[in-house]
Amino acid sequence: MYRGKSITELREELDKGSITKEELFSHANTLAHSFQEDYNSFVTIIDKPKFKERESLVSGIPYALKDNFSTSGILTTGSSNILKDYIPVYDATVYKKLKNAGAVLVGKTVLDELAMGGTGTTGHTGVVKNPWDKTRMIGGSSAGSAAAVSLGIVPFSIGSDTGDSVRKPAAFGGVVGFKPTYGRISRYGLFAFASSLDHVALFTRNVKDAAIVTDIIKGQDPMDMVTLKDDGKKYADTLDEDIKGKKLFYIKEICSKEFYKDYLDEELESVLDQFQELVQKCRDLGFVVEEVSMDQKLLEAIYPTYMCISCAEATSNNANLTGIQFGPRGEGDSIEQIMFDARTKGFSELIKRRFILGSYILQKENQEKLFKNAGRVRRMIVDKITEFFKEYDGMILPASGGIAPEFTATSEKVEKLSPRYLILENHLAIGNFGGFPSITLPYGFVKDMPIGVNITGRIKEDDLVLNMAHKIESVTGLKDQYCKVGDIDV
Amino acid sequence: MYKVVIGLEVHCELTTKTKNFSSAPNEFSDYPNEHVATVDLGLPGILPVANKEACRKALLTAMALHCKTPDEVIFDRKNYFYADLPKGYQITQNTKPMGIDGYLDIMVDGHVKRVDIHDLHLEEDTASLEHFPKYSLIDYNRSGVPLIEIVTEPCLSSADEAVTFFEDLRDVFLFLGVSEAKSNYGQMRCDVNISLMEEGAKELGTKVEMKNINATQSIRAAIEYEIERQSELLSKGEKVIQETRRIGLDGKTYSMREKVDALDYKYFIEPNIPSTPITDDFIYELKQELPELKLDRYLKYIEEYKMSEYDAGVLSKERSISDYFEEVLSYDTDISLAVNFVTSTVLGTLNKLEITLEEFPITPKMLSGVIKLVHEGKISLDHARKILYQAIEEKKDPVELIEKQNLHQIDDESELLELITGIMEENKEIVRQYVEDGNMGAINFFIGQTMKKSNRQANPNKSKDIIIKELERRKK
Repeated sequence: MYRGKSITELREELDKGSITKEELFSHANTLAHSFQEDYNSFVTIIDKPKFKERESLVSGIPYALKDNFSTSGILTTGSSNILKDYIPVYDATVYKKLKNAGAVLVGKTVLDELAMGGTGTTGHTGVVKNPWDKTRMIGGSSAGSAAAVSLGIVPFSIGSDTGDSVRKPAAFGGVVGFKPTYGRISRYGLFAFASSLDHVALFTRNVKDAAIVTDIIKGQDPMDMVTLKDDGKKYADTLDEDIKGKKLFYIKEICSKEFYKDYLDEELESVLDQFQELVQKCRDLGFVVEEVSMDQKLLEAIYPTYMCISCAEATSNNANLTGIQFGPRGEGDSIEQIMFDARTKGFSELIKRRFILGSYILQKENQEKLFKNAGRVRRMIVDKITEFFKEYDGMILPASGGIAPEFTATSEKVEKLSPRYLILENHLAIGNFGGFPSITLPYGFVKDMPIGVNITGRIKEDDLVLNMAHKIESVTGLKDQYCKVGDIDV
Repeated sequence: MYKVVIGLEVHCELTTKTKNFSSAPNEFSDYPNEHVATVDLGLPGILPVANKEACRKALLTAMALHCKTPDEVIFDRKNYFYADLPKGYQITQNTKPMGIDGYLDIMVDGHVKRVDIHDLHLEEDTASLEHFPKYSLIDYNRSGVPLIEIVTEPCLSSADEAVTFFEDLRDVFLFLGVSEAKSNYGQMRCDVNISLMEEGAKELGTKVEMKNINATQSIRAAIEYEIERQSELLSKGEKVIQETRRIGLDGKTYSMREKVDALDYKYFIEPNIPSTPITDDFIYELKQELPELKLDRYLKYIEEYKMSEYDAGVLSKERSISDYFEEVLSYDTDISLAVNFVTSTVLGTLNKLEITLEEFPITPKMLSGVIKLVHEGKISLDHARKILYQAIEEKKDPVELIEKQNLHQIDDESELLELITGIMEENKEIVRQYVEDGNMGAINFFIGQTMKKSNRQANPNKSKDIIIKELERRKK
């Protein structure tokens, strides 16, 4: 009745009067509680919502918000012990816009601590599990938001994407993940991880819903100086534009088996084969799809470049977490000791490792070699992709080289310096380097686990990316997909 | 004797409606934490929004200090942990300050000294801390207030120079209208770096830093004390320690902490504030706004207007008075009369009535009108003053008053002669005293009588000439 329904379907029922927003919320709330023990999507589940009478496509529609968006009066933890009792006094712009549009908040979702990480295993309230297989990760950092949409608890959720934190878990959860152009959506109230890479992004179960939500939350914000001037477009209105002759490219060094040699296993082979099948389907739709070549070294530099920039910015961005203004107060005889104690107790080891890396990267003697060079490599990568965009309207690539990893797949099993990891698991960060609009949608299965394809387009052409993705969605047969696990419907 | 080398880092809070990166009011308050926005508290998720007016004022000041200005406005983060710094970093300018390589000329002991300025940058102030025995309190009113920091080269060589520079810099801020620069509100404060070196030595001596000095007397005291302290150490063959010292209420300086290594602030460009290009048009616009500074006016008054050093000092000290004076001159007014009227009548009235120039009812144009009448000999100086006081009291145009009361002088010589001979007829004894005893006081007596009889309308100069002529004639 409710579970797994899209915004469009629920809108119709609400308008018809066959269901009320109170009932919708109650269903979402029930589902959230039912799945909480097994999948741990939420830090906070809202039991007493505030309804607003509003005229908008999302009015009365339940949704979930990543727990790194400031919500006045509602606990917001960043999934970190250092903020475990933090109740904000102001609303993030995204939250405010959704509230004003009448959308109903169902809960705040678990993330990797302070949005750093891609496993969904480092939040202070525990591990988030993949609905398609509980022994597997959903990915992160927007783990709970991905799981909540994948489980059919809510038709959409908000996340943040600094490297691939929405678009990767979307692939592992078999749902749609969209990150619009940098500056399209205000970051005011999003707990900063790496400001030059941070994007507000969202999960839905089809491309049209992604366009509908983006239409609601986009726009220039006087509180965020990097936001773009309003483009005055409604992305949901141009999804059916003709795409005949639109040109897509994929990168040979990412999509050809020959580059993976010893690392090519059954999983990767299936991912790449199905990708080529999808490419053929795109051509049948009228797209021109071509293979381009890019320096493999540059592609392998994405991950270290991302780590340098994001860790450096993160060290500084999280320097406000000292327990002085808010958060648990540390102990000690001096201000320095009090801060030291709060930060020692408040952060997990993984976070501390990133802060130390970031600090090292920013040190005077290392800045030129590490931080500034990372900035230069970032520029080189963006310039190269922008050059391709002169000829092509979009880039199409598999979102990952495989399916969601098992929890037992610890770091020693993943060879982080292999071309497979460096390139296939990290290329989505290109979208963050350049601020390009980028969307992941489900396109198949490997070992009964969903896999995702990514389409990235030119800066500010969010409408075209959604338009192209909408067309491609029509041939995947996976529109409105969710994981029917649990045998619950309300 | 050692050579003294001093460099100053002067901080000045800018006058703006709101703070540098938030919408909280930039106002002084007696109540702690009254003017605070989420941004000023460094709450998770906040973003800075740069204040255009603060940028404009910082640039204007940089230009007034003859600095080179950058091609774009960007900010950097200066990262360090302290309880008064809620974000854990301060937004400041390191990569491209608002100005570099400038200077300010100051006058010390009658000589012009050029103080080289390393850079001027715009940043945000920290919160203020108040320490008690068992706890400390934080007041965020000051957190995020726009602050410019002006760093001089180590080119000052005495307490006199340092204090003069500090005070002249304050005048620059006031002339530009960028800050009220009140030391007692902590709006203007400075760090003093001082080292001593052997006369003729090539390398600078060990530097001692004294932080956060507000008052000029304290700057002088601290420098004088340090010169003495360091000289004594050096003459005993001991070493000066590189450290930070604070100034006590007794005017002595006390060690705060030794500086082992300069802290690494891990500066990087603030990613949340997009770069804004500074266009030639904008620079041109600012140039139009730049006023002539105090010293330039002072020198102009002396060299071009041939004024005394005293008058030049009085008339260049404050911008509003100097502007008033120059506006009076702009109506082609006699300079020495203008100096006379502005320094005596105008400033005297302001002092007496305790009002500002803004409240002063006589416009420069009105004053120049009166001065013109005096210059043309149409009314006496004495009359002009009286009329001005009346105009101030009645808030009226003095020229109109003159016309209305028909206070025009009697210039007609035959009319004056008739009047004067009449007075002499009535005072034969006084005439006799002049003619026979040579009593020169008689002249003034007759002038006085002439003025009285004519209701002060007689042209005093002409009257005087006629009186002397008539008296001399009677001698023969």
